[in-house]
Amino acid sequence: MNKRRPYVRSMDGWWRKNPFFVEYMIHEGTALFVAAYAGVLLAGLYRLSQGEAAWNSWLDALKNPWYIAFHLAALAALSYHTYTWFKIMPRTMPPVVVGGERLPGWVITAGGLAAAAASCLGLLALVWGMAR
Amino acid sequence: MSEMQKTIEIEVLRYHPEKDREPHRQVFEVPFTDDMSVLQGVQYIKDYLDGSLSFRWSCRMAICGSCGMMINGIPSLSCQTFLRDYYPARVRVEALAHFPIERDLVINMEGFIEKLESIQPYIIPKEERTLAQGEYLQTPEQLNAYEQFSSCINCLLCYAACPQFGLNSSFIGPAATALLHRYNVDSRDGGKAERMELINSEEGVFNCTAVGYCSEVCPKHVDPANAVNQNKTNSAADYFLRFLAPKGGAK
Repeated sequence: MNKRRPYVRSMDGWWRKNPFFVEYMIHEGTALFVAAYAGVLLAGLYRLSQGEAAWNSWLDALKNPWYIAFHLAALAALSYHTYTWFKIMPRTMPPVVVGGERLPGWVITAGGLAAAAASCLGLLALVWGMAR
Repeated sequence: MSEMQKTIEIEVLRYHPEKDREPHRQVFEVPFTDDMSVLQGVQYIKDYLDGSLSFRWSCRMAICGSCGMMINGIPSLSCQTFLRDYYPARVRVEALAHFPIERDLVINMEGFIEKLESIQPYIIPKEERTLAQGEYLQTPEQLNAYEQFSSCINCLLCYAACPQFGLNSSFIGPAATALLHRYNVDSRDGGKAERMELINSEEGVFNCTAVGYCSEVCPKHVDPANAVNQNKTNSAADYFLRFLAPKGGAK
């Protein structure tokens, strides 16, 4: 008779067992803010298609303190999402070889973060210029 | 001259398949010196406190890949993890996560061995050569393309670090994919098309959600997450390119 009886441990609560997994779940959770914010922008686009009055009422709605609080929360969540996104990026792409040397991971991460910061500032400057 | 002998508590997850319904914890008081690894602590338990304790080990120098354990919840090679780093707190030792426990700290790794076989971990020559034609030559750049992925010692720490493997044990997983990639990017190999079927399958790379912890715990800096994620791109290319260049019977 076979005396083997391999024991399979439960995966319940697996993400709470290691700080690395907690951070991963927070990263994945912030994606909900990305989706929610895309929803807000799409709603704006839809209101714009309905004419000037609809568009202006959407703009007014955005001035609601709850909406402003949502935007602040979304900004924090998206910043964190951006940071962790670029942190994992070197692991997800083929090696980048420059002058015969493989580019270290932190350079790729820093490059991604710099590109994100530059495009945010560029967009902000563009919108600022248009709004004036 | 003689100092007081330091002792440390080692808490071991015990499981005896013939006696226990489920694993339970047992604490041992182990005398230690600053140069003792966790493996040596566990060996002390077996030699002097409880001979029934089961665990795997061999080389004691982080190359055989046998002594992987969860140490305070982190997948680690017990031979290169030191008791002094935990003293005076208690050290918790458990069999590698996500694998069935065979007994005490010994896991059942049959599933991994099957996966390892399935990736065909050997060079399938692009072209048959006779002895007279000489060896298959390779440039340093061609060696660089796969060398990192060939450092895997099959210690399985990456599987114990992968929640997706824990949730679905049929996932081919980090180490097997890293080794698969090692052969696919070898300039002498011609087996890529066969191996891509595994990459593209239900058990393949798309089980990975880029947690990235596998690469954090890898003692040999193989970066298995990189192999898995590069093959997501390869798999997508494989899927879309077939519309341009049909491969006939490809799945």
